[in-house]
Amino acid sequence: MLIDFSKIFGRSKPSKDVAKERLQLVLIHDRANVSPEFLEMVKGEIIKVIQHYMEIDENALDIQLTRTKSDEGDRIVPALVANIPIKSVKNAGK
Amino acid sequence: MGEVIVITSGKGGVGKTTTTANIGTGLALAGHKVVLIDTDIGLRNLDVVMGLENRIVYDLVDVVEGVCRVKQALIKDKRYEGLYLLPAAQTRDKTSVTPEQMINLINELKTEFDYIIVDCPAGIEQGFKNAIAGANRAIVITTPEVSAVRDADRIVGLLEANELRNPKLIINRVRIDMVKRGDMMSIDDIIDILAIDLIGVVPDDEKIVISTNRGEPAVNDDKSLAGQAYRNITKRIQGEEVPILNLETDDSIFSKFKKMLGFKTT
Repeated sequence: MLIDFSKIFGRSKPSKDVAKERLQLVLIHDRANVSPEFLEMVKGEIIKVIQHYMEIDENALDIQLTRTKSDEGDRIVPALVANIPIKSVKNAGK
Repeated sequence: MGEVIVITSGKGGVGKTTTTANIGTGLALAGHKVVLIDTDIGLRNLDVVMGLENRIVYDLVDVVEGVCRVKQALIKDKRYEGLYLLPAAQTRDKTSVTPEQMINLINELKTEFDYIIVDCPAGIEQGFKNAIAGANRAIVITTPEVSAVRDADRIVGLLEANELRNPKLIINRVRIDMVKRGDMMSIDDIIDILAIDLIGVVPDDEKIVISTNRGEPAVNDDKSLAGQAYRNITKRIQGEEVPILNLETDDSIFSKFKKMLGFKTT
């Protein structure tokens, strides 16, 4: 009932958007058919390398397996997507 | 050599068998020699959907076990020139056939037919493995529901893992009124999620129930919107470029929202 009410007053988002968001989340896990330990290992190594060059926010670092179309567009390939917030860039490289 | 297309979905009840019947009949109407194979051993249904249930003598398991020759098991559909059905066995199970046997059978049929359409059972076990074994193209069916889309995604992954690249998507049972209300995912939403090419959109149509009642595929019904959608899919399978069906049946004021909802006629 509550949901219906809020819908009348236009406050809740359309159910199809809820469906889409839920699907996108569940599929991230479905698609990542590698173990969480494996992803943690990859994450650890990436952090090590990047820390040579810049200071990053380790807690906000997000890495996941997803799928994307290949450059030729004729097949779907797995993709490793990493979101790494940078706090500051070190000057050592200059 | 014939093309071998497997019709699959993961989830049950989304319209694999209906799609197989309609695409097969559509291709036969276009002048091709077509055989439909029901690989849902133990739960055969393509025969009743096609209205050929009273003509079964031998089945798929009889063929692979050598009880009869392939030609003896093929049921010729007398209504459509060039259309044949190889029914599944009803009293056996999925393990009665192996992927290797399927490949051999399909290689034999390939020399004789232009199109071999394989109706895949629900699930991802032995029946699925048998159905995809000899295929060189795959069509994935989904409906605009979270469970069906999730399973379709899993199937896409499994097809890729089995070297069946670039599967095509059919979105079945779309209700444009619900899409307009924002209560059903749109075509674009689903393509966004699955990231595969669309080959057709089939509206939810009462006529499908009626045509299944009669055992006459809707693709041959000029008045059925779903039938029209299947005719378009048949053309696309043959390589023709046909715009995605406009699901608007009335000239309502909503038609201007079509673009927003992803029903562009492109």
